[in-house]
Amino acid sequence: MANGKPDVLNQITEREYQYGFVSEVEADQIPKGLNEEIITLISQKKKEPAFLLEFRLKAYRHWLKMREPQWANVHYPPINYQDIVYYSAPKSKKKLSSMDEVDPEVRKTFEKLGIPLEEQKMLSNVAVDAVFDSVSVATTFKKTLSDAGVIFCPFSEAAIEHPDLVEKYLGSVVPYTDNFFAALNSAVFSDGSFCYVPKGVRCPMELSTYFRINAKETGQFERTLIIAEEGASVSYLEGCTAPMRDENQLHAAIVELVALDNAQIKYSTIQNWYPGDKNGKGGIYNFVTKRGKCQGKNSKISWTQVETGSAITWKYPSCLLLGDNSIGEFYSVALANHYQQADTGTKMIHIGKNTKSTIISKGISAGHGQNTYRGLVKIAKGAESSRNYSQCDSLLMGNLCGAHTFPTLEVGNTSSQIEHEATTSKIGEDQLFYLRSRGLSAEDAVGLIVNGFCKEVFQELPIEFAVEAHKLLSISLEGAVG
Amino acid sequence: MLEIKNLCAKIGDKQILKGINLTVKAGEVHAIMGPNGSGKSTLSYILAGREGYEVTDGQVLYEGKDLLSMPTEVRSREGVFLAFQYPVEIHGVTNKYFLKAAVNAKLKHQGKTEMSAGQFLSFVKEKAKTVEMDEALLSRQVNAGFSGGEKKRNEILQMAALEPKLAILDETDSGLDIDALKIVSHGINVMRGPQRSFLVITHYQRLLDYVVPDFVHVLSDGRIIRSGGKELAYQLEKEGYAWAKEEFAGLKG
Repeated sequence: MANGKPDVLNQITEREYQYGFVSEVEADQIPKGLNEEIITLISQKKKEPAFLLEFRLKAYRHWLKMREPQWANVHYPPINYQDIVYYSAPKSKKKLSSMDEVDPEVRKTFEKLGIPLEEQKMLSNVAVDAVFDSVSVATTFKKTLSDAGVIFCPFSEAAIEHPDLVEKYLGSVVPYTDNFFAALNSAVFSDGSFCYVPKGVRCPMELSTYFRINAKETGQFERTLIIAEEGASVSYLEGCTAPMRDENQLHAAIVELVALDNAQIKYSTIQNWYPGDKNGKGGIYNFVTKRGKCQGKNSKISWTQVETGSAITWKYPSCLLLGDNSIGEFYSVALANHYQQADTGTKMIHIGKNTKSTIISKGISAGHGQNTYRGLVKIAKGAESSRNYSQCDSLLMGNLCGAHTFPTLEVGNTSSQIEHEATTSKIGEDQLFYLRSRGLSAEDAVGLIVNGFCKEVFQELPIEFAVEAHKLLSISLEGAVG
Repeated sequence: MLEIKNLCAKIGDKQILKGINLTVKAGEVHAIMGPNGSGKSTLSYILAGREGYEVTDGQVLYEGKDLLSMPTEVRSREGVFLAFQYPVEIHGVTNKYFLKAAVNAKLKHQGKTEMSAGQFLSFVKEKAKTVEMDEALLSRQVNAGFSGGEKKRNEILQMAALEPKLAILDETDSGLDIDALKIVSHGINVMRGPQRSFLVITHYQRLLDYVVPDFVHVLSDGRIIRSGGKELAYQLEKEGYAWAKEEFAGLKG
């Protein structure tokens, strides 16, 4: 630039990942590698009922016959699935009976992340399940929730305490045959959250799971299952971080949601896995299958995601709209900075009559980041009078990044309506100059522009988390553009 | 307040400003007139701190300090305001949110306590009233979908909220119908005061009927070729810039 000043946009995106520390926690780890013995060992460690081991082994045998998907617009060297530790847990000498017994190092980790595990220190209307590597280490507000009839507990606990529910719903939305990573997860999943909201109950507080990867060379394969019975409603949020490491780590999760008649599930994600350094070294591979089934009439499932982390993101939170008049929503902000690659979007499958779906996708690309929206809207022949509205906006910062959009629309009847809008814009020097000439720093100016761009998505987040998302996005953009 | 000494600047290889000299004292209103391409907007951008210009010679003192070495945002916080000829749209951000961030950045810079959302709202509503701007502008997204006139009025509202010491108005009158021109001029006039200076850049004498300047300067080909009182504007309107240019050429010859 003139005057020898560096480009403003260049300066703004060079801050380091804040959550990259490693905790010194003695871990109970199994050997690297994947085979039937390892799977049996995981199942034994978790003292699972027989049907679960059976499920895992079937999934594993199926996985062996599958091939890693190649269709996504992401590039990475081959993953050696035998070089991963599939189970790692902080060592504990006895069964925890209260929060005070959580390993102090683990507790410190969550405090550093801004997630204190003591209930009195927390946001009073949010219950948290904290997952550290392969296990859940603490769940708060269990009493308040169980008084309301809501079950919110680690998945492994649900498998023992509520095997009937787990057996009924596990794999009912995402079968292990669904895709390569879903099969892998089904074979080795370790922990995650389980939530069951009985008939007619509105969950009295926000539920939240915080995932932390800590151990080296370990993958995290969690599984979340949320069931809202007739007329029930629940809002759930997940957040995640990981240490900075030069090696890539794999995170392959499955989330299944089931909404029965008149039930509502709102699922929000703030994904901030370690994205790798500014040269693209390290970072989490985030290969996730998320799907919700609007099984009942008038049911509603809403996905909101803010994806700022991970070296590679491959996820398509989707809705199966089976019940008549059911509603599916997808609100997404995906950021690809430095060498991050994001291939994300949704599938809205309209089966029931008069079903509705809304897709609002905001992709931000900076640095060498590549951001892809991939979506499918399918309206089946019998899904009469159904409607979809899709909006896909891309924001580019600099000249080296990319934005790609692959929308697919299939409409099987003539009574349905589909609308699709898309825009691409660029943060310009004129916008930055305008805001700076009003006294805003360059960083604040970019933050303002980007947050304005994402507004329609942020307003879908629970308020406490909207503020967090706001900050996170500004921070993640520092160091972005050329 | 402002002292511009022999300011020379270029964009790329093109020399735009060729030695501007101008002194603006506190409380004065200076109009800068000139034909297209004379360097009027370049001058305003350089004063406000837009990147992309290379200052090849001269200096600018603002309250005795070297203005050109200050980052853009610091100039604003120190009291320099540029009303844009083409205000920029920022989608998804409301005017009040943006203005609150701007006002608080200034307060912080001055070591004062920042305003809460409530305090700011009453403050800015009051400001909107003084410059006779519709309060509804505050809740709209920054310039998004604004008409040309609304954009200019929004600039005046921002000026009122930021209470600058030196306001540079870059063709604020362009694209305004007569009613909007009156409203904008009124906004400027109520802002006039002994501690506030204005640099009013315009093509036409029309604005100067409403915002009466203390001094008028004619900018041509990167130089101020003539300075005078408000009557100079009328003379220019009547005789055109060619007259001033010829006279300047004669003086040099």
